[in-house]
Amino acid sequence: MSTETLVELFEHGLDAPICLTWELTYACNLACVHCLSSSGRRDPDELSTAECKAVIDTLERMQVFYVNIGGGEPTVRPDFWELVDYATAHRVGVKFSTNGVRINEAVARKLAASDYVDVQISLDGATAEVNDAVRGLGSYAMAIRAMEHLAAAGFTGFKISVVVTRQNAGQLDEFKALADRYGAQLRLTRLRPSGRGADVWDELHPTAAQQRQLYDWLCAHGEQVLTGDSFFHLAAYGEALPGLNMCGAGRVVCLIDPVGDVYACPFAIHENFLAGNIRAGGFEAVWRDSPLFAELRGPSAGGACASCQFYDSCRGGCMAAKFFTGLPLDGPDPECVRGFGEQARAERALAEQALAGADRTALPRPGVDHSHHGPVRGQPGRGQAARPVPVTIGRRPVAAPPDRACDVNPLAGFAAGGAG
Amino acid sequence: MSTDHARAGLLTAAGPASSTGPFDLDCPWRLDDRVAIRPEPFGALLYHFGTRRLSFLKNATMLAVVRSLGEHPSARAACEAAGIQPGSLAAYQRGLAVLAESHMITPQGAA
Repeated sequence: MSTETLVELFEHGLDAPICLTWELTYACNLACVHCLSSSGRRDPDELSTAECKAVIDTLERMQVFYVNIGGGEPTVRPDFWELVDYATAHRVGVKFSTNGVRINEAVARKLAASDYVDVQISLDGATAEVNDAVRGLGSYAMAIRAMEHLAAAGFTGFKISVVVTRQNAGQLDEFKALADRYGAQLRLTRLRPSGRGADVWDELHPTAAQQRQLYDWLCAHGEQVLTGDSFFHLAAYGEALPGLNMCGAGRVVCLIDPVGDVYACPFAIHENFLAGNIRAGGFEAVWRDSPLFAELRGPSAGGACASCQFYDSCRGGCMAAKFFTGLPLDGPDPECVRGFGEQARAERALAEQALAGADRTALPRPGVDHSHHGPVRGQPGRGQAARPVPVTIGRRPVAAPPDRACDVNPLAGFAAGGAG
Repeated sequence: MSTDHARAGLLTAAGPASSTGPFDLDCPWRLDDRVAIRPEPFGALLYHFGTRRLSFLKNATMLAVVRSLGEHPSARAACEAAGIQPGSLAAYQRGLAVLAESHMITPQGAA
């Protein structure tokens, strides 16, 4: 059975997703500079507990084996554990991503006792210095504390999830050592220019040399390290990495956001990739009948990449990465290992310069932005006083949307000091 | 995407074309209690909640065999009941071996 055949079958789509990502809330105690869902404040229109349970009922009926729950920080929802229990009681497994804020001793013991729950702790630096520059001061200590609790409770094989950046790409061995120390499994995923990630993409995405080192490292560590199949664009370096080397958007994966909107993938929160809303007839109808998903499941010609000898392995890369960097969806990925993406971006920039200001096309922005308005404790780039970290990551200044009654930040309305 | 099980080599294809070690067709087998089966147009997907592994059945015949294993005194009997001809039995035997190796199926009587 060749992987090619599997990819071909999966490209036509499945009766139900293999992996469904469900962002339960946009509320978050942190304000990571690269947050792909631009999270921070709770959306007042968030699905209620009853609506969430109805989603779980649907997933059970569709036999979605498990759901990846994220956010925002999902554990800050008051009904989070109730929903986890409800899902597992209905044979829908749960893997949730957390920054660790609510993983205390008692929670860790409870999690360790269930076959149906898996935990993924987000960490973007093997040292506090590198991690906290992206995720906020104190976030490294918070994650380590959570991992200590999980390890002490006997929860083996939980995941340490790392977004590979220019700043941490040199720490892969340290991440692996950290995972080994806590009996965890390392998961490395690709930085996407999605959400606030678009603002920091140019500073954070790995260099070409780092990409090559990452590829070699992944080849050397094979099946010990998870990747969410997110590095399939690196297959053009040579042998394909193990896993499903394809874009799964709308075919085997999709995203349900906190207000019930269904997007083709977790990295594409934009109206162009919005398939529907579960409130208007349920998730199953969106998955089966959405015209957008039907299109994504149809044959793709490969466009500018079709003549490339590596097209069969890299499949043109990540749709979301292309979209949010202003590249055509049927062209090369911005991180194309042959450099065609960088070339396309340079050509785009030149063409833009030649136009008068009004004629220039802005890069696509995420459809929704729930970023905190005011400063968030420990968060870099938020107009704070000098930070004891060497990595400076700025944010593009954005006009703040109007305040909402439900803003969780007590400092909502306080004007941030601009980019920094 | 986030199909981690695939990246970790946890996505195994079990079907007539797979190949691995010997599998005792004359023993009684059954699906592990922690495995869920989802039929798909091409066959089926299997998911093991304990190992968090995903498996893939290549066709409807393989699905019929796997589903009915527990009702037969041996895997051979399940294959015969599913209409598998002696000439293609070896291929299904290899598919079952893949499932046994990944603990999707287990000997009857085992915990």
